[in-house]
Amino acid sequence: MSLLTNMFVSSPHGNLGLTTNQMMRIVAYATLPGLAAQIYFFGWGSLIQAILCISTALIAEAVVLSLREKPIRRTLSDGSAMLTGLLLALSIPPLAPWWIAVIGTVFAIIVVKQLYGGMGFNLFNPAMAGYVVLLISFPVAMTNWLPPTELLQHPMAFGDAFLAVFTGFTYDGYNLTQLKMSVDGITMATPLDHFKTEQILNYTTTEILNSPLYGEYGGTGWLEVNLAFLLGGLALLKLGIIRWHIPVAVIGSLGVCALLGITIAPDQTYPLSFSLLSGATMFAAFFIATDPVSASTTNQGRIVYGCFIGVMIYIIRIWGGYPDGIAFAVLLANMCVPLIDHYTKPVTYGHKRRREAKS
Amino acid sequence: MQSELTLIEQVKLGKIWEFPGGINPPERKSLSNQTEIGNFTTHTLYIPIQQHIGVAGSLLVTKGESVLKGQALTSPGEGLSLPVHAPTSGVISDIIDHVDAHPSGKTVLTIVLEADGKDLWVNKNPLLNWQELDRDTVVKHIQAAGVSGLGGASFPTYVKLSPHKNIDLLILNGVECEPYITADDVLMRYHANEIVQGAQIIQHLVAAKLCVIAIEDNKTEAIASIEKALADVADIELRVVPTKYPSGGEKQLVELITGLQVPSGGIPADIGIVMQNVGTSFAVKRATIDGEALVSRVVTVTGERVKNPQNLWVPLGTPIKTLLQNVGYSPEKTPRLIMGGPMMGFNIVDDMMPVVKSTNCILAPSNFHLPERGVEQNCIRCGQCADACPAELLPQQLQWFAKADEHEKLKEYDLFDCIECGACAYVCPSQIPLVQYYRIAKSDIRQAEEEKLKAEKAKRRFEVRQERLERDKQARLLRHKESAEKRKKALAQDGSAKDKIAAALARAKAKKATSENTDDLAASDTPQDKVAAAIARAKAKKLKSSKVSVDNSADSTPEASLETSLKATDTAPTTNPNKDRVAAAVARAKAKKLAKEEQEKVKNDAELKNETDHKGHADAADKPVSEAQVDKTLTAAEERKAKVAAAVAKAKAKKQKAAADEPNQEPTLDFVDKASAKISNEDKKRSADDERKAKVAAAVAKAKAKAKKQATESENSTNTSDKETPDLNVADDLSQTPEQIRKDKVAAAIAKAKAKKNANNDTDNGSNNS
Repeated sequence: MSLLTNMFVSSPHGNLGLTTNQMMRIVAYATLPGLAAQIYFFGWGSLIQAILCISTALIAEAVVLSLREKPIRRTLSDGSAMLTGLLLALSIPPLAPWWIAVIGTVFAIIVVKQLYGGMGFNLFNPAMAGYVVLLISFPVAMTNWLPPTELLQHPMAFGDAFLAVFTGFTYDGYNLTQLKMSVDGITMATPLDHFKTEQILNYTTTEILNSPLYGEYGGTGWLEVNLAFLLGGLALLKLGIIRWHIPVAVIGSLGVCALLGITIAPDQTYPLSFSLLSGATMFAAFFIATDPVSASTTNQGRIVYGCFIGVMIYIIRIWGGYPDGIAFAVLLANMCVPLIDHYTKPVTYGHKRRREAKS
Repeated sequence: MQSELTLIEQVKLGKIWEFPGGINPPERKSLSNQTEIGNFTTHTLYIPIQQHIGVAGSLLVTKGESVLKGQALTSPGEGLSLPVHAPTSGVISDIIDHVDAHPSGKTVLTIVLEADGKDLWVNKNPLLNWQELDRDTVVKHIQAAGVSGLGGASFPTYVKLSPHKNIDLLILNGVECEPYITADDVLMRYHANEIVQGAQIIQHLVAAKLCVIAIEDNKTEAIASIEKALADVADIELRVVPTKYPSGGEKQLVELITGLQVPSGGIPADIGIVMQNVGTSFAVKRATIDGEALVSRVVTVTGERVKNPQNLWVPLGTPIKTLLQNVGYSPEKTPRLIMGGPMMGFNIVDDMMPVVKSTNCILAPSNFHLPERGVEQNCIRCGQCADACPAELLPQQLQWFAKADEHEKLKEYDLFDCIECGACAYVCPSQIPLVQYYRIAKSDIRQAEEEKLKAEKAKRRFEVRQERLERDKQARLLRHKESAEKRKKALAQDGSAKDKIAAALARAKAKKATSENTDDLAASDTPQDKVAAAIARAKAKKLKSSKVSVDNSADSTPEASLETSLKATDTAPTTNPNKDRVAAAVARAKAKKLAKEEQEKVKNDAELKNETDHKGHADAADKPVSEAQVDKTLTAAEERKAKVAAAVAKAKAKKQKAAADEPNQEPTLDFVDKASAKISNEDKKRSADDERKAKVAAAVAKAKAKAKKQATESENSTNTSDKETPDLNVADDLSQTPEQIRKDKVAAAIAKAKAKKNANNDTDNGSNNS
């Protein structure tokens, strides 16, 4: 054995061991508490949507990869398509028709991700871009969130949910509008949606919050879902998959905005807890905004990026036409990433002035 | 806290600073640091003549020569150069090109030494009194012992021992942050006293006020030994730094100890710091106090594929193969050996590679414990690399730019501040070989810059050459001019020469007159014709040619020379060649008419003029040459006369062209300016009056020329009368002058008359000549 192999391997020899594939999977696992909470409060629809979206995502990715003549199996196994599908599924209403999920996922994977070059090259968060396409194209279907199961007039089994997604009717023949009726016969919407509608009707915050939709700190069911996502997010932080900068910045800036709002106009704005623990706030802060590909890449930049998202969420919620503004906020922030990165470049070693002497 | 502390004061506070980034890979040091340093001997050694950064020394030995241990095999040359020494006694069996301890596996001139097993030292030359000796002597001694940095870079130590800047602090680097390697660890454990002695020598040489020995906190035994050795030593302190890779990096350790950063592109000496490895310190001590050259070093032979991982004193030049055979190495299916540590070491491509001065570790890892990097995936911008980077770079951005060959961007993102520690690639979840990209990008940029520099040099060379050629040309011209002037001066000083010239001129004139006579005899009958024709010819000739030869004008007839001066006035403005030609033609025509129709009247004047001119020439032959060569054969008066006459003639011709030009406006024209300027230049002795006359004449001439140009077939008597007005003015001006200008007046009258005649049938002449 004179000549050895691996002639041109550059140092370092070895790797930490946590691969991209593993990271994607860990993120997916971390959504499970949130998914479980959604299923618990909003029925089996979420699970059906998750399965639907993930399968569509994998198929769409495989098709494009074969067209691009890239290794299919290896790329699919990186888990990024699966994660995109999952995140989109968690965003759309549980009983949205199946084609909603398919269109959104196909757009996210093919247009937003693969047309830009595949994993690592997309400028926008694929799940959020897909969501925005759906929201703009099918606003009614996309806002048809059922009230929490406990408030439902017609409780639903897994089969009902399945049928509702694929046919629009439950086993007993109820359609979505009928299903949305609550026990006391009022048509229900999401808390944020409801709040916005009532606000337009000039109800004050106190009056609105008397509705059974709202629990003590957020919308019934929504509070728990948010807490579940927070739990998953904290696990990601603990595992070092994401860093604290973005979630803290998103939640912090949104909280500051909410506090300001309460101080200035207490009867026209959401209370703080409602701001943070309703809608998709926690999901966005830990799972959407932290998507590394489309987020800022410097630590300083991540804070700016997160704050931008938090402020935009608040602005869209209060003044925008949509009840929740996370997808728009994230996409707008995505656009700012190159700029943010440019201005938050850290100072390299040896380029600093002498440090101040601290004893 | 309020006042700025000096570097030393601050360091003495003992604060350990932090550097950003860094990683904590599995250390795996306990594999090899459990035993004392063993000794290793081998039969055949391959000693590369260059084992340091810089220039190789020149060979001192030949094949077949017997050498003793520590005997110099090469002598250092110019620049960064170190000798190599025989690691043991034996015979030089060969001097060959052999694989070098280099990632590429390139070959280098290598001395092959067959050990005789006696291990006999050459006469040692210790410098026990190093403290009293001149620093240079000690530094030279250390250079002669071949000491280079043993931490990895193998920079010649003597250079760092003679810094050009004031050094406050010496840092002895015993951090050894790379996983697996324990060479410095065991050296500190078992040779702490010698390391401290070395530190004292180095501190003395660089005149550092303080020395700090830095050790990572995972080396408790080494810390204890050094502490013990430092018990009664002043100005050397121990600093225990947290275990984190790459705290042993020079820049990182400077920051850890001082809180300062080495400026980008600089060296620690720029901020008053010198850093040496503990192994180097040991070698310095051995070289100075024991007089032993650097012939062996501690090498960690370790890894999961080695049965007996340990540290060994290995003679430099020992082939890795031999070394591994003695520690129970069993290769993986695909053999994998690393020289250095897992983070910065390189793959050994040939196991005949020798141990050199910078070889601190031979690593034979198992694929399980040190898995090879997987297939590279796309970067997902997770930013873990940036968090790991001790230089606060953005490795993932650099990676994009490196892949896109964006050299400017790479520089903007401080690629050259990358220390290639490998932390980024180590943490990269997408298994991107980041360091490899940076190395390639760095060398690409260096190459591009070198090429650019070369191109610039070539351009500069070309420009300098052009400049030089131009300079030479100018110098040559100047030389020629000077020598010409010298010749002229010599002529002017030499009277006989002047006479000779005058004689020659006279001869030439005579000759010309003869030839003119013969020519004119055939062409015309009267002397008047002859003269007029000669004038016309001369004029035409002069006007056509662009060059005015001074000597020629001197040679030719007075009329011709007169014309030369006029011509000179005309030459500068090449603006109106037509006008000039017309004027010449008109002059010729006038001459003809003069001959035919005014024979009686002109005869006397012409004869008189002719006589005067010839007389003038004759006189000129005897007179000294005047300053202006143009006029050297003419007296001032004669010239004036002739000039005025010609000017009048010319003016008349021009006047024919001018329909409405007022003579008052004429002086503003270039022609007139030039004419007056020329006239004044040609004869400085001329009076102001004369000059004015000449000017007027020139103005008139100009006016006439213009008139001529504008002349058409239908030219009427109005024109004629217009023409007369300036002439009359001229006549008035002339009449005011003394009687010596009488002749000029006559000439003017003649010209006037001629102009009148001309008005009648000048069209033919104009068209003939234009």
